Amino acid sequence: MEPKSFQLFPEQASTFAPTVDALYAYLVLVSAFFSLLIAVLVVYFAVKYRKRSADDPIPAPIDEHSTGGMILEIVWSAIPLGLSMIMFGWGASLFFTESRPPADAMEIYVTGKQWMWKIQHMEGNREINELHIPVNRNIKLTMTSEDVLHDFFVPAFRTKSDVLPGRYTTEWFRATKPGKYHIFCAEYCGTKHSGMIGYVYVMEQAQYDQWLAGGMGQGTLAEQGAQMFTSLGCVTCHTSDANGRCPNLKGIYGTMVALQGGAKVKADDAYIRESILYPEAKVVEGYQPIMPTFKGLVTEDGLVKLIEYVKSIGPKPGSTTAAPSAAPAKAPAAGSMSAAAAAAQSHE
Amino acid sequence: MTATPTIGTETEKNYLNHQHGLKSWLLTEDHKRIALLYLLSITFFFFLGGLMAVLIRLELATPAGDLVESNTYNKLFTMHGVLMIFFFLIPSIPAVLGNFLIPLMIGAKDLAFPKINLLSWYIYILGGIFTVYVLIVGGVDTGWTFYTPLSTSYSNGYVIATGLGIFIAGFSSILTGLNFIVTVHRMRAPGMTWFRLPLFVWAHYATSLIQILGTPVVAVTLFLLVLERGFHIGFFDPAYGGDPVLYQHLFWFYSHPAVYIMILPSMGVVSEVISTFTQKKPFGYTFIAFSSVAIAVFGFLVWGHHLYVSSQSAYAGMVFSLLSYIVAIPSAIKVFNWTTTMYKGSVRMTTPMLYALGFIGLFTIGGLTGLFLASLGMDVHLTDTYFVVAHFHYVMVGGAVMGYLAGIHFWWPKMFGRMYPESWSRLSAIIIFLGFNLTFFPQFLLGYMGMPRRYHVYPPEFQVFNVLSSAGASVLGFGFVIPFVYLTWSLFYGEKAPANPWGATGLEWTTQSPPTYDNFAVTPVVTQEAYQYSTEEVAHVG
Amino acid sequence: MASTAAVPTFLKHHFESADQQKGASGIGMWLFLVTEIMFFGGLFLAYFVYRQAYPAAFASASSKLNLPLGAANTVVLICSSLTMAMAVHSAALGKQKLIIFYLIATLFLGGAFLGVKAYEYHDKWEHHEIPGENFDCETCADPGHAPLFFSLYFAMTGLHAMHMIIGVFIIFFLIQQAAKGAYTAKWSTPVEMFGLYWHFVDIVWIFLFPLLYLIDRVPGK
Repeated sequence: MEPKSFQLFPEQASTFAPTVDALYAYLVLVSAFFSLLIAVLVVYFAVKYRKRSADDPIPAPIDEHSTGGMILEIVWSAIPLGLSMIMFGWGASLFFTESRPPADAMEIYVTGKQWMWKIQHMEGNREINELHIPVNRNIKLTMTSEDVLHDFFVPAFRTKSDVLPGRYTTEWFRATKPGKYHIFCAEYCGTKHSGMIGYVYVMEQAQYDQWLAGGMGQGTLAEQGAQMFTSLGCVTCHTSDANGRCPNLKGIYGTMVALQGGAKVKADDAYIRESILYPEAKVVEGYQPIMPTFKGLVTEDGLVKLIEYVKSIGPKPGSTTAAPSAAPAKAPAAGSMSAAAAAAQSHE
Repeated sequence: MTATPTIGTETEKNYLNHQHGLKSWLLTEDHKRIALLYLLSITFFFFLGGLMAVLIRLELATPAGDLVESNTYNKLFTMHGVLMIFFFLIPSIPAVLGNFLIPLMIGAKDLAFPKINLLSWYIYILGGIFTVYVLIVGGVDTGWTFYTPLSTSYSNGYVIATGLGIFIAGFSSILTGLNFIVTVHRMRAPGMTWFRLPLFVWAHYATSLIQILGTPVVAVTLFLLVLERGFHIGFFDPAYGGDPVLYQHLFWFYSHPAVYIMILPSMGVVSEVISTFTQKKPFGYTFIAFSSVAIAVFGFLVWGHHLYVSSQSAYAGMVFSLLSYIVAIPSAIKVFNWTTTMYKGSVRMTTPMLYALGFIGLFTIGGLTGLFLASLGMDVHLTDTYFVVAHFHYVMVGGAVMGYLAGIHFWWPKMFGRMYPESWSRLSAIIIFLGFNLTFFPQFLLGYMGMPRRYHVYPPEFQVFNVLSSAGASVLGFGFVIPFVYLTWSLFYGEKAPANPWGATGLEWTTQSPPTYDNFAVTPVVTQEAYQYSTEEVAHVG
Repeated sequence: MASTAAVPTFLKHHFESADQQKGASGIGMWLFLVTEIMFFGGLFLAYFVYRQAYPAAFASASSKLNLPLGAANTVVLICSSLTMAMAVHSAALGKQKLIIFYLIATLFLGGAFLGVKAYEYHDKWEHHEIPGENFDCETCADPGHAPLFFSLYFAMTGLHAMHMIIGVFIIFFLIQQAAKGAYTAKWSTPVEMFGLYWHFVDIVWIFLFPLLYLIDRVPGK
């Protein structure tokens, strides 16, 4: 569906859209009521009590300290407070849904860069300024930037999130209507900010699978990550049969890691990323800080692949031990995924 | 101020003809003359910033980027923001009307520190020179918020000079606020108790609290930003371990309360104007007074509502959202009290009153749309869209500028001893009100449709409302020129103003128009509350 | 109310009485110090945020600072606060010569502090511990983030030193005025106000010293 040339509301194309629109309707109603109330009163008083002649008497002041005055003050403080607490509660509960991706969400990586969106699918498909997704599936975007702040905004889905350099942010949605919708960069990012736009293509599952199959070739992200793990030489140290100079990464993802100095940290995306770029920032208990930095050697896209690789050799969801267990990964509907990607996807 | 020698009669001594010559102006320590120096300078920056706005709206009349290049467009909206916020809105009412009126209203001869007052104008001008320099040599394209790392590592504009300009101008604002607080504490005439103060003074007292507590924080933030830009030493750039979100927290810690620096003085003006032109003491005097202070205090606790989608913790977002609703209540209280003041009043629809009522309407819309943005789930969709642009223009232009114009028209006879042509001024008030709504109301709709702000080029489905907005902007721009023309005209040809043309209360109206150099020949003794109207004072325009 | 008694020369035209003028100066100075607290506050906040984020880098970079010199400077500054307090006290009593003596002592101590600070900065330069292109700290833990500590060190102590330098200029001015006999038992407001400023600058250092030199200092490293 092409965007229309004129419209008053953006398309409702995600599960968030109707709920956000409902809150909007409430806010518009309350605002319209109070704006009109004030406008009508001001105009009415201005006409009704206009000064008619030079010798109109000075009006008697209303005693605001009287009981009536006090009651008025309390009433017009309490009613707006009550109405606004509804806005607060409603907005906050919506926000908590929006900011917590469901566990079964299908993951896609987004990298912002002046002035384009680079998308990497778990299956290895890559696209620029376009995002193809299946309809009625929870989608979780894990996003970072190569340079400045950006913001991934899809008006039809009523959601957005800033994209920051140096860290991962997430955004999730569930598209409800096949079609083509705008992606805007909503955080000002320099000269061609208004050119950093693209489209989300929401497709039926079958079409999506077809599209997916057309773009593979280099292997899944995890597989590509495994290749990098070898080519960068990580494999020479971070293995189970190594001489014990480096922590074995097998089964580490998502577990708590003890650090030098007694602190603990969760081995998540952010920690793996930091350990590759700043290896000496958080050194694992019992190891020497001998790892060189890979800052400048691995791109943001590459980091994502390495993280996916570490995830793929991580513990399967639900297991508590570090050793890989045989627990079966919940197979998602898409049939074309490798076991590693599927495991990573259903993790969390 | 070449016009000044013609003002006032030859026989009557006043602050304008107290001394002559350029030097007597540039070295003056008289709060009234310093107010006029500010008036002249902020008017210059207002029209300079306005020119940028005209170009922005012209560009946006079509979806394609056909008038200016992207880079130029980005510089236009950045300079528009910097000039309007730091060099017009923040100094506007406090530095002009506050400077002129606070000593008069409390029965003092001057502010507590006249030399510091003059110094603050020079500091302001120095900051202005930096900014004009940037404008001449090529501008800056970071947006007025200077978000890192765009501003520190990627911008191709003059970030350091702009940052220093704002840093310097900030000290002018700090010194003005400091001067006001000390003045209100120590310079009140005998009998002028706190609860006899005009609400204008209360509003400025609250404003000054924000100026002295908030401005130093943005000053040090810009200081670090300039260091980072110059030496790349890592404060806010993730490439060096810095945190861009920390920058945003520090920036908004000042820049959100700064909105209250702009709006509170306007609220003070509106309280005075509505009281005078209904001939009634403002309903709920103490509530209006304390709500100003409440806004100043709570205003410091809500900055995080600019960061809901910035990766700030969801729990922090929740606290900031709740507090943002709390800070809305004092504003609601004010609006209801002003409206009730009109009940059974003796209402005169003079120009200042038209602006003040315009303020109530537009500020109400501006405030209510703020409730949309304070709501977490709603803000995720609306933030960084034109909805935000429309909202803050309703508050800053619909609120702060309307209040400023109300005040300028209200006290113009006092400041210059001349009346302006009332029919022209009423006409322009109506043009400005209509032009403003046509410009900014469509932007609410654009925002909900999803048009992001700071877009040079936009998809064609947004064009209809953009054309409406640009049409409104031309009306609005025209509307702002009219007062400039007739007010200047009135300096030379306006009817001579009596001491109290509006039948207002307040010590400033007991002085001659324009006041003498020393304000009061004998320090007045205050024996009653503010806003006690009596029939004999009502005269002249009605 | 305008008094019929002789108006003292130090009373400005817009004040009613010497008390009012003095009170105004006092409130003004305290408010100014409040703005100064907010000004340094931004830096302290940045320090806490980054120390929390990169504890290892901060601990080891902190140990690169010269503790004996920092400690000595702390003593020097506390002594200068004492001499400044004595100057204010002498001014209140109208003891002309003592004012000048104590002001010169304060000037001397302030100068000594700045000299030591300059030496420390130079030392950092020699050791390539200034953030930027030439930064090189092989023995720092987490060298990727160590520059941030030094950035904060220089910003905080630099801003503090800037306040000291301004203070030194003001002391020169005060000594000159005191030599003319400007300060009497009836009126010595400038000395008193400057005393507040000087103590404030000292107190900032009292916070800077432990935060930068002492916290998480690893013994023997």
